[in-house]
Amino acid sequence: MTATQDAPVAEIGRDRRRKEDQRLITGRTRWTDNITLPGMLHLAMVRSPFPHARISGIDTTAAKASTNVVAVLTGADLGEGQGACINAWPVVEDQVTPAHVPMPSDRVTFAGEIVAVVVARTAAEARDAAELVEVDYEELPAALDLKDAAENKVLAHPDLGTNVSAVWRFDSAEAGTGGDVEEAIAKARDGGIVIEREYRQQRLIPAFMEPRSVVVDPTGEQITVWSATQIPHILRFAIAASTGVSESKIRVIAPDVGGGFGGKLQQTPEEMIAFAVARRLGKPVKYTETRSESLLSAHHGRDQWQRLTLAADKDGNVTGLKVDLLADLGSYVAIVGGGVPVLGAFMFNAIYKFPAYQFQTTNVLTNKTWTDAYRGAGRPEATYAVERLMDELAAEVGVDPLEIRERNWIKHEEFPFTTVAGLEYDSGNYEAATARAKEMFGYDALRAEQAERRERGDRVQLGLGVSTFTEMCGLAPSRVLGSLNYGAGGWEHAEVRMLPTGKVEVVTGASAHGQGHETAFSQIVADRLGVPFEDVEILHGDTQISHKGLDTYGSRSLVVGGEALVKAVDKVIEKAKPVAAHLLEASVDDLEFGGGRFTVKGTDQGMAVTEIATAVFAAHNLPDGVEASLDSEATYDPVNFNYPHGTHLCAVEVDTETGQVKMRKYAACDDIGQIINPLIVAGQVHGGLVQGIAQALWEEAVYDENGTLVSGSFVDYLLPTAADTISFDLDHTTSPCTTNSLGAKGVGEAGTIASTPAVVNAVVDAIRHLGVNDIQMPCTPERVWRAINGGAK
Amino acid sequence: MIPAAFEYVAPGSVDEALRALSEHGDEAKIIAGGQSLLPVLRMRLNAPEWVIDLGRIDSLRGIRDGGDHLAVGAMTTHHEVGNDAGIHEHALLVTKAIAELADAQVRHRGTFGGALAHADPAGDLGAPARALGATFVIQGPSGTREVGADDFFVDLFETAISEDEILTEIRIPKHTGWGAAYQKFVRIAHQWPIVAVAATVRMDGDTIAEARVGLTNMGATPLRATAVEEALAGQPATEDAVAAAAANAPEGTDPPSDLNGDADYRRHLATVLTRRAVLAAAGRNGIPAI
Repeated sequence: MTATQDAPVAEIGRDRRRKEDQRLITGRTRWTDNITLPGMLHLAMVRSPFPHARISGIDTTAAKASTNVVAVLTGADLGEGQGACINAWPVVEDQVTPAHVPMPSDRVTFAGEIVAVVVARTAAEARDAAELVEVDYEELPAALDLKDAAENKVLAHPDLGTNVSAVWRFDSAEAGTGGDVEEAIAKARDGGIVIEREYRQQRLIPAFMEPRSVVVDPTGEQITVWSATQIPHILRFAIAASTGVSESKIRVIAPDVGGGFGGKLQQTPEEMIAFAVARRLGKPVKYTETRSESLLSAHHGRDQWQRLTLAADKDGNVTGLKVDLLADLGSYVAIVGGGVPVLGAFMFNAIYKFPAYQFQTTNVLTNKTWTDAYRGAGRPEATYAVERLMDELAAEVGVDPLEIRERNWIKHEEFPFTTVAGLEYDSGNYEAATARAKEMFGYDALRAEQAERRERGDRVQLGLGVSTFTEMCGLAPSRVLGSLNYGAGGWEHAEVRMLPTGKVEVVTGASAHGQGHETAFSQIVADRLGVPFEDVEILHGDTQISHKGLDTYGSRSLVVGGEALVKAVDKVIEKAKPVAAHLLEASVDDLEFGGGRFTVKGTDQGMAVTEIATAVFAAHNLPDGVEASLDSEATYDPVNFNYPHGTHLCAVEVDTETGQVKMRKYAACDDIGQIINPLIVAGQVHGGLVQGIAQALWEEAVYDENGTLVSGSFVDYLLPTAADTISFDLDHTTSPCTTNSLGAKGVGEAGTIASTPAVVNAVVDAIRHLGVNDIQMPCTPERVWRAINGGAK
Repeated sequence: MIPAAFEYVAPGSVDEALRALSEHGDEAKIIAGGQSLLPVLRMRLNAPEWVIDLGRIDSLRGIRDGGDHLAVGAMTTHHEVGNDAGIHEHALLVTKAIAELADAQVRHRGTFGGALAHADPAGDLGAPARALGATFVIQGPSGTREVGADDFFVDLFETAISEDEILTEIRIPKHTGWGAAYQKFVRIAHQWPIVAVAATVRMDGDTIAEARVGLTNMGATPLRATAVEEALAGQPATEDAVAAAAANAPEGTDPPSDLNGDADYRRHLATVLTRRAVLAAAGRNGIPAI
């Protein structure tokens, strides 16, 4: 045994092109819609055009007589066998939660709700027959406007007697984490500064690239469900819990999944209907939604009114913040829908040392599509509010927006810091990130240019926007989730299998849908175990292969799943050690492990862990009492969230004649701790920024007074493309996370959380001298133009 | 997104196409590139029994110099028209408008005649066609007729083409030496214009000798801003003079109100964009337009 290996290049921190991209980009892979099974039938859904109506009759005669139609089923036909869509996070004990039957038989509660399903031999024939289903509706008054609904003017579910699903409160005086906010406000009214605002978080549509699709095969001993989902493990549990089918009889596979952004974190009616139809007919079925159906019925995000009161002394030192939210749940409480505003509750104090804080959300049912997690889930809303308020405070005090933030933020020597919301921020350095962002941005030069343009009265004015964000991610400590009444834990599971040929199979409970897990996790294993990157295979998204897992959302996969993987790898090394000692005829205490090899200290005697794997497989010469397997698994439950942060600076040009906003420059310095793959991080930040900028400028799901989704296609729902963005200037500072061994923090949502307020702050900054202090999102040219001309819209 | 079933026919000549059209009448739809029709079919907003594809009729493609005009075959793609040297020399406004039309994929599949016959008031070609006074050559069972641009656009998605007729050629009078600009106002790149203004001018020194201005999405059809044209004639190409003339842009318009803007905002935009388009067409380095 000679040791002539080249020194391995560190995999962690290395730019690696994603190993999964070839198949994902070319589409030569297992998208759910690519799956075709023998005898498979196709489903088409009949959806309600009305937001609230009684179903007085459904005539399926013509549809049943249509070519190659096998069945047409209504809610009454499927009955209780269809199970239910469950709410996994009742945020208060007395939460009002409407029963959610996947296909109701008596009443529809949003435009797009499914009332019948057509089963045919081809998708085209199913679609044709769906047009022939005649449904008689008796229209009912619909609860559409969020503020009206909160006052129960019209009930979304008359049988419930109220639209208010839950009122969830936090008060720092009651929690013992800070002072009394009313006192702070009263004091500020007397000689200090009080800023009162109401901001709108418009409704957004996640708009993942791959529409949702589900295939159910009921033949065989288990029922197999392929679904374009983020949450195969949770879905299996939810199907089992709501149908009574044994969990062990259900296998859920999330094959390659084309994006989610939270939008595929759901147990959907479509999945439940496909499951019920497949069981009933005994045949495999497929349902793939159209883009229009996706925009209409996949859950939406955001949709809040935020009433805010910020108290400060005359120098702009914040003394208290009071938040009163209205959150639109849509017509059902989605799987974690009620919890989205609650997640935001912990983030309104952001990076600041607010002495007093009070939060209340009123979760309201309306006759619109349900809302749930969308990239950032509660945290973008909170960050937007506080970062907008800090700009308003700066304007009030008459100092630069960065100066007002510095007066209030947690200094780097103050970490770890327990916030007024009760979280312990373990690490961060806001000063360093801000300094670097300012440098990249050329902040002072742009401020000078802005002054010149104002002085000249240019038609095109320049605005600079600041966003110094943090967020809580890496869901999460299970006991914290438990204390919030969340229905599951926050651990993650990993397994490492050492194959006889020296290759390594890794099983993770995280479920990638575009993030690049296969690459990043391979890098971790390659470094930790000392094997080539190419020799590591990552398996995920199949409950039969990955039997334990809590899936992917909330920027958790690397920081929770990756850490579980580290622990599983360490167990492999521990198990290999006595075998290595035995084969090298050395004492365990004399061995050291590095670069994939056990060596006897002070000698050139050694053996690769992969060679040990082969020896263990043969099992010809193992020490007594040692099992013939190096395979190991680990479950990791983090002790804390982690807190990425960053300073984002945005410059926009505003054409005061038309209201048009044009991005001029965007610089961001993020601190996400130790980076595993900078290329993947850059991709996450770029995509996140564009999604956040889109909320600021372009996207909005709009319902008309009839409850019809007006922005029901990409003609009206303005999803940006690369043509609409500019090149971003990005860099990082590194304050390693102290609560995981990788030192890593989540980055999946950072860009989206940070960028929205940066852009709107820039737009307002460009025209503040014209008497404008707010523009409702999205900042359309018309809204900007009307604001400049003294009439908001 | 599966269209209802339809029969498909791809004739090899205009005569064959006309026969198919007369046979199937109002149950047929012509496909001429499909960049508008296919989404309509896929969203089941329309379900014709027959689709007649003009894509295999070679005589409908190409651009020919007709002396005082350029004759564009109806099935010539936007890409071909937009990159044609003759069009650039004699009808610069068309080149400018096509540069702003949709995206590269659409410009390679969509056709000049197809887009004009579709008559979407938010389409990018109607306003230039009106501004340049194009003539539309329409062929039917009883022969060929010519319709001027002012009479071609009848209403929303409605033209002078009868059910049994086909648009075969668009004749664009030469405007050699005229400056041109197409000012298109959108929120995101792949959007239809909220408002757009097509302007082309003939300069005589520093004076605007003649101007032609078309408006996109300011009514049920593409419009021609004759009041602006009249006010510009003989004026110096100064910002003030052009602005004064551009103030007439909303005259006779009936713009829609939708998520992108109310009618009054569109009228305001038409005024601003007209000023900018005319100044740009006159070669004036106007204010930076964004």
